[in-house]
Amino acid sequence: MRFHSILYRTPSDDPGGRTSRPSPEHFVDLALDQVVTSVTAAKQEYGLEPDFYAPLRDPEAVAYRHEVVRDLQRKDVMSIVIDFAAGMRDMRERLAEQAAAHYRHQTERWFLDAVSGYCAAVRGLAGALADAKPASRGFGGLVDYLREYVASAAFVRLEDWTGKLKAALDAVRYELVIQGNTVKVRGYRDEADFSTSVLATFEKFQQSSAKDYRAKLEGDATMNHVEAQILDGVAGLHPELFANLGRYCTENAHYLDGRVAAFDREVQFYVAYLEQVDRLERTGVRFSLPEIAPSWQGTHAEGMFDAALADKLRHEDRRVVTNDFRLERDQRLLVVTGPNQGGKTTYARAFGQLHYLAALGLPVPAATARVNLIDLVHTHFERQERVEDLRGKLHEELARMHRALGRTTPDSVVVMNEAFSSTTASDALQLNREILARLDACGALCLVVTFLDELASFNDRTVSMVSGVDPDDPTVRTFRLERRPADGRAYAVAIARKYGVTRDALKTRLPS
Amino acid sequence: MNVLLMQRHRDVPADRPLPWNMDDLVADLGLDWLFAAMAQGSETIDAVCRHALSAGIADPDTVRYRQAAVRDALANPGAVRALFDLATVTVADERKHYFGLFRDHPDTILRRSVEVMQMFAERLRRLRGLAEEHVASFRSDAFDRLFLMLQTELDDAFLARIDAHLKDLRFRKGLLMSAGLGDGNRGTGYVLREHPEQAGGILQRLLSKGPPSYSFTIPERDEGGFRALDELRDRGVNLVANALAQSNDHILGFFRALRDELAFYVGALNLHGALTAGGEPVCFPTPHRLADRRRRYRGLYDPCLALQVEHRTVGNDLDADGKNLIVITGANHGGKSTFLRALGTAQLMAGCGLFVPATDADVSVGSAVVTHFKREEDAALESGKLDEELKRMASVVEHLTPGALLLFNESFASTNEREGSEIARQVVDTLLEGGVQVHFVTHLYDFARSLHAVDAPNHLFLRAPRSDDGSRSFRLHEGPPLPTSYGQDLYEEVFGGEGPVQDGSHERDETEAAADTQIGSPT
Repeated sequence: MRFHSILYRTPSDDPGGRTSRPSPEHFVDLALDQVVTSVTAAKQEYGLEPDFYAPLRDPEAVAYRHEVVRDLQRKDVMSIVIDFAAGMRDMRERLAEQAAAHYRHQTERWFLDAVSGYCAAVRGLAGALADAKPASRGFGGLVDYLREYVASAAFVRLEDWTGKLKAALDAVRYELVIQGNTVKVRGYRDEADFSTSVLATFEKFQQSSAKDYRAKLEGDATMNHVEAQILDGVAGLHPELFANLGRYCTENAHYLDGRVAAFDREVQFYVAYLEQVDRLERTGVRFSLPEIAPSWQGTHAEGMFDAALADKLRHEDRRVVTNDFRLERDQRLLVVTGPNQGGKTTYARAFGQLHYLAALGLPVPAATARVNLIDLVHTHFERQERVEDLRGKLHEELARMHRALGRTTPDSVVVMNEAFSSTTASDALQLNREILARLDACGALCLVVTFLDELASFNDRTVSMVSGVDPDDPTVRTFRLERRPADGRAYAVAIARKYGVTRDALKTRLPS
Repeated sequence: MNVLLMQRHRDVPADRPLPWNMDDLVADLGLDWLFAAMAQGSETIDAVCRHALSAGIADPDTVRYRQAAVRDALANPGAVRALFDLATVTVADERKHYFGLFRDHPDTILRRSVEVMQMFAERLRRLRGLAEEHVASFRSDAFDRLFLMLQTELDDAFLARIDAHLKDLRFRKGLLMSAGLGDGNRGTGYVLREHPEQAGGILQRLLSKGPPSYSFTIPERDEGGFRALDELRDRGVNLVANALAQSNDHILGFFRALRDELAFYVGALNLHGALTAGGEPVCFPTPHRLADRRRRYRGLYDPCLALQVEHRTVGNDLDADGKNLIVITGANHGGKSTFLRALGTAQLMAGCGLFVPATDADVSVGSAVVTHFKREEDAALESGKLDEELKRMASVVEHLTPGALLLFNESFASTNEREGSEIARQVVDTLLEGGVQVHFVTHLYDFARSLHAVDAPNHLFLRAPRSDDGSRSFRLHEGPPLPTSYGQDLYEEVFGGEGPVQDGSHERDETEAAADTQIGSPT
């Protein structure tokens, strides 16, 4: 099959509309916006964000990307790609110089050097990648494409012409005679090097290493008009060469191969992400390529964590706590309860991130994972109350949920965080039960973070997770969630015991 | 181009440190007098001679090399001084052209370097002139080599080349540079070139077409253009300014080395003059290897003392071949310390290729000289003083080198005789076992006697004698240590002439005696 793109196996996998793709609604809730920022921070020139907004629908498309990731996890392949990216970056810098320069002979030379860098980068990539024998269909296809491209008449002609011109210009030598305010430009005649001559005369006195008296002559970054006039003079001394250069620039204006340019950008989707993976793995967490399971089959993950939090903690030299989940066949609801600030929301985010990143075909933040391929993620996190919202927060929440339910399928994931909390506990319980029943009916995968312990036993397909506290000091959170029935009162009792206000403790303190 | 006046194969390095015990050495041996006589006010000579004397040479051949050069200098003082003065003035004159601390423009560096080079050219010419003038009257390897080298290296062709460079650097025909095309075809790799010699006569040059060229002129009011031109000129001149400045540095280095090595010989001249003016003899010792353990002097005296006093000093003979220990005991103020100092100073002088303060000598060279003298000026209590001595001793031991010569002057006397002797004995035994040579001036009888009792063939015992009338001759001779050091003599010297004790005191005695009997009488 002809190589289409390193991101997409076939054109049909590509959803298109890249330039106008918005970021998904759930990004901020799941902190995926922070994840993407940390990945793309150093790669702004490539404009990678939209590629993170389009999850894949086909397991084959995911497999295609997994293969590419595995190839890039090889040190040799990665370094080949990095070298190529550097070569293309040099090309772009030279094109920028071309745009900034004023004088014709100057811009033409920048263009020549840009194309020269391009040819070298492409030829280097073609050869090195072929030698490395990558296993993925993506890179394999690219190798075939490049082999054809560099052998093509057009490329060979371009390379040849570029090389000859560059060599000829590099070989140009000329002389300047500056006398008073007159400058004369003339051909090179290889007279003796004055400084070498002086040094040779006095060499015999040298006893130790010499001090360096050369001035650092930075000068202006831009060419001044005197230099430009000199250059014109040089061009006049080599008329054919410079005419050749002019023709070259006109005829090769569209030298850049579209697929090569696209590859340069698209491969950075992987490279940028893998570089962030590397940074986070150095703190001790593990990423892995997940197994994709069809819906309604058991899913699980071990060592799961919130990648945005992990990045924040990395800057403080701290490691994020990891957690697990396990859903057997038919289990579609995870209820998370426990004390405040115990890591419940983080857990929910990690769960959401895991599924979304899996759908991008990338390694996920977990040591091992087996997940469904989702079609959409709906998040329902607490929103700021908006003054303009005349109908109130609860109404707004219900309306949002209603809209969402209209779109959810058995392949969807719904993450609810303290939903319907702007009402009484018993109302909230009832609302939650209603919504969960609907979600159960449509078969979506749900994770609900709540203080309503009763929800933990919603039905026999519910899994209850409780965020833990240190048994000795209940004010200390472990950030580990345990799979067990909710027991909200246990925490309260422990706190009371600590402060000596349990029933028994109080009895001993009250005067009898 | 090496100077090689001090050693056969290499020039003396510029920045060696002085030995760790330099201050003590100078204080204990009174060397400031020696250096003052050598330097005659010159800081350069003072510094050079301090280094030379304290560094010492290990092998006899180099000592002979240098002695021959000193002999040459003594025979040709005018020439040596003239060379030294030329080198000194040249180094000083270079300083006058010193320019700013921050990086100057290549143009400025070039101008300054041309000025200095012109000065150097003239001095190099004069140097060669001196070499030609005096080469016939010098006989030592060192000076012969130097003069020959100067004549060969600074020949007419060389001096003419310097003149040619200086002429070209005036750029009368304009700056000629070559360049290539760099980033964006901007000029790069500017290299200043020498204008070619033009073949043919004037007419031919005027009529020949010349190669194709493009010229343009910067208009008068184009300030930016003139700035650009200056930058271009700087680029062209940068490398050659560097080359010239570096070359100047190399030439300066040569003159400095010449000045510093000649300083030693001028110092020798000055010292020779000072000693012989006082009528004192000097001679060149025959140098021997350290392992041969030679030490023999005739008429050895302390030159530092000689430089201080008006009259002639007393000379001593010494036959200490094969001896690693010399113990000197005897009359106070009998010349022991002076003799010890003489031994130390003579060793230093012999070890650096100078003459020695004696009429004849055979000396092994290669020993570092280390002193451990009683400190007079300490105001500390007795116990503190011993601590201080022992601390100094520990420091000495830490820095010892094989074959070193250790001079002790009344060490470990700041405690009772028993203890002092015990310490001294242990120290000396250990040092001798370690291959160190020891000369010890002491009043500690137990110590001296116990060593004498060993009766070892490589120990020598000298005594400062006292004649019957109490006078001193300051001449030492061989002899075992005696229990007394004739302190009585000194007492007589100070209190003498006052006669026996007076009547008043008799009475006192009687009364005291009566009181004694009264108390002591049985009741």
